[in-house]
Order: sequence, then structure tokens, then C-alpha cells
Amino acid sequence: MAVFAARKLAPPVVTAEGKAFFDAARHGRFLIPVCTACNRAHWYPRAVCPFCAGESVEWREASGKGTIYTFSVMRRVQEPYVIAHVTLAEGPTMLTNIVDCDADKVRIGQPVIVVFQDTENGPPVPMFKPA
Amino acid sequence: MTIKGKAYIAGAFEHPTRLAPDKTVAQLHAEVALGALNDAGLTRADVDGYFCSGDAPGPGPASMAEYMNLKLRHIDSTEIGGASYIAMAAHAAEAIALGKCDVALVTLAGRPRSEGMATGTAPRPRDPNQPEAAWEAPYAITTANGYAMCAMRHMYEYGTTSEQLAWVKVAASHHAQHNPHAMLPEVVTVEDVVNSPMIADPLHRLDCCVISDGGGAVVLVRPEIAKTLRRRPLVKIIGAGEAVKHLAGGTFDLTTSGASRAGPMAFAEAGVTPADIKYASIYDSFTITVIIQLEDLGFCAKGAGGKFVADGNLISGVGKLPFNTDGGGLCNNHPANRGSMTKVIEAVRQLRGEANPAVQVKNCDLALAQGTGFQLATRHGSATLIMERE
Repeated sequence: MAVFAARKLAPPVVTAEGKAFFDAARHGRFLIPVCTACNRAHWYPRAVCPFCAGESVEWREASGKGTIYTFSVMRRVQEPYVIAHVTLAEGPTMLTNIVDCDADKVRIGQPVIVVFQDTENGPPVPMFKPA
Repeated sequence: MTIKGKAYIAGAFEHPTRLAPDKTVAQLHAEVALGALNDAGLTRADVDGYFCSGDAPGPGPASMAEYMNLKLRHIDSTEIGGASYIAMAAHAAEAIALGKCDVALVTLAGRPRSEGMATGTAPRPRDPNQPEAAWEAPYAITTANGYAMCAMRHMYEYGTTSEQLAWVKVAASHHAQHNPHAMLPEVVTVEDVVNSPMIADPLHRLDCCVISDGGGAVVLVRPEIAKTLRRRPLVKIIGAGEAVKHLAGGTFDLTTSGASRAGPMAFAEAGVTPADIKYASIYDSFTITVIIQLEDLGFCAKGAGGKFVADGNLISGVGKLPFNTDGGGLCNNHPANRGSMTKVIEAVRQLRGEANPAVQVKNCDLALAQGTGFQLATRHGSATLIMERE
């Protein structure tokens, strides 16, 4: 059994391309970028669609559901944590942490759900916990 | 247009130091440059092309050209992390083939060990303008846990085991015992590896490469110059490939590396196949890095890398594919946290018949060097170089 305390998180760098995401995150809303030309969601978010190069990308509210594509338990540090790539129900796979879990029981393919984690003097960032 | 046969590696030098608290990074660059030139039988005044990467201090080529007082007519810098030096050797061959320079110097040096860098376990500092910064920095991806995620997925998809990963380290240690400069010259067993402390599941401490100070350099020249130099046999560049693989908008796999594209390019240019290769230098930042690259290069099928490396198959004189006969990054040296320069250097030693006698591959006439740079679990560079004895 390995349950880790929440790490202290530095605030994310909020750029022009990410501002709307983090504004919504402050209200607990998880947005993903979707291209209005090809209708595909991508990650990490950017203003130019990586699939069709369309320049009209809009934010849409995501389900917050996903499954673990892969993970690792980072043990040899002061504040251990679980790092993972999670495949969202909407398609793209994103880098994140798995929290509120027994690190010894995390598995590839496990269903997870988004949970926002506070940062120090910044907007919260999306992480995931077992669904 | 091809680089096949258009350039030769005339000089190669690996700095003997593994801990250099009393030297500067620029000084190490200069020392390896002079070492490689001396090996070639050339001097600093002969150099008219210079290549360095992100390990060079400050503004890179300009800074180092000034320190060494080089007079250049061709300057280049490629930054794809640890794969840069294989890519730059190929770029030097391209420049020579085009007549842009005659004698090209490529250098690498750094002091992560003296500087106390937590190479694998601490997140690397990130430029806030890097477009992924907001979406990755909070999650503390590090070199070790990123490669660990690749290993975890490889195990899930293909049944690769920790014991199979361990065989990569075991083979490297068998080679390192013959290298008087190796940082870790002790032979280890599969049990030693899987019983070493877990760093980031499923990678143990002995699945990880060393952190060392030092550096290396190679000198490439036109064929006409190579044939006037004292070094024999000659080492000819016959093929190269390079690639960047990334997360592609969130549609990626982590069990394949850029070597799946760089390798076929290099083999096609060289006109040879993996079965022809007598010796392979494979970048070994971690044991999993070797398995994934061997698969991608076609030495075995995708997913069969664990079985391929088991039971000593990478040990010179024992297995079918002798690899990293200097002990590699896992046991010998990983200067500046960038492993592909030493990969080229050991391939040159093998082709010249100058490897440590206990690990020298018999009739080694064709060698490959493979590098992976930056982070396999997000974005990385890959470069392949094929060299022939002449």
C-alpha cells in the first residue's frame, strides 16, 4: 500500500494559448481544444490544429473521463508521485499525474476521472483519480 | 545525392575523465577536440568546419570557435539532445560531400557529475516559451520516470520482463570490466539488477545509465584527405538517417522510437541490412532504450526485443549482436548526459580493430551507431549512422 500526500505544485505557465483553459479550471471545468474544421480534439492545447492545420480551434467541455495508457511510480524522490499518460474519452492522450490512489494498485487500462489540484498562487491543474 | 563514401571519420577521442571538478566545460571541449585531431594526425589549423550542440556553453559554435581560435568556413549546430552527435557526424559528411568544408570537427563535453545534477530524477528546467510547458511541468516528468513509462507500456503490450531489461545491463557490465576508464567496471548479474532499488517503476537503479563528466570528439574529412593520413584502416560513412518523434497532438504510442524511421533511411542509403551489421553501438540511457531501438532498427521484430537481448545475446564473443563494447552509458561513460558521441567513438574503435582485445569483434567491417535524444515519453530525436571499414 502506497498512498502519497499531494505534492506542492508550482503554478503553470499561463500563456495566451492556455488562458481560457485555466480560467475554466478555476471553476472546476475541464476544457479540451477541438478544431472546428476537422472536429478533432487534440492535446497539448494549441491555437493551430495539429491534424489539419486549421486555425479555428475552440474550447469544449470534456467528460473528464479517461483510461491510463501508461504510468510510472516515482519513488526515489522527497515527494513520491504517480506520473501517467491518460487517454481521454474524447480521443487524445495527455500527460498527467494519478492522485488519490494506492500507487501499488495503479494499472494500465484503469478508468480514471479528472480532479483539479491546487497550485501555489496559480490556477489549478488537471490530474486524475481512479473512477 | 548521397553521403555514402563521401566522408571518413579520421579521428576519434573519448576524454578519459569521468569526474572533472577542476576543469571547465569549454576546456573539456577543447581537450577532446585536440585529442581527436591528434588521433587523426591533423592540427587545429586544418579544421574548417565545426559542429556542436546544446552542451556547448552559451552561444555554442561562436563561443567554442573563439575559445579554440578556429578559422571556419562552415558552422552548424543541431539540438536533438543525446542523438545530436550522430546527427552532426552525418551533417558533417553532408557538408563535406557538398564541398562546404574539408575537415569537420564535432565536439561534446559536460560536467553533470561535478555540478551535482540529478539527471534522471529531477525535472529539467524548461523555457516558459516551450509550448508544452503549462501542460507538462506540473506533472514532474523526469528522464527516469518518462523512460519508465515507455518500459511499462512495452511490458504491458509485449510481456517484456524486468529480467530481460536486466540482460542489457549485464551485457554492458561484461564489456566494462575490460575498460580501464569505465565508471562501473564490476560485472553484475540479472539478480543484481532486479534487486537494486526501484527508481521509477519498472526501472531499477541498475537499469539507469551513469552520470559522468567528460566528453568526446570526432573529426570527419574528405576521402582525398583520409587517404593521406596515417590512420588505418579507414572508417567510411556509408549511410545515415534522422527523425524526431513526438506526441502528435495526443495520438502516439510509446513502444516505438524515431529509430523506426531513422534506421531504415540509414540502411537504405548504406545498401545493407541489419543482418550485415557486425557491431552495434546502441544508446543506452536506460535498458529499455536499447530494447526499443533494437526492435525499431530491425534487429528483431517489434515486441521481441526482450527475448532478443536475453541470455547474453549482446555480449561480444557470446551473443549474435555485440553491442556497446566500451560498457556504454550503463557502465562506462555518459558525458554531459548525452550518449551518442561515445557510441560513434566505440564503433570507430571496433572498425579499426582498436577495441579492448577481450571485446574486439572479429573481422568487424560494418558497424552501426544509434542515438536517442531528449525524452522518449514525449518528444525525442533519433539518429542512425552506418560505417564501413576500408
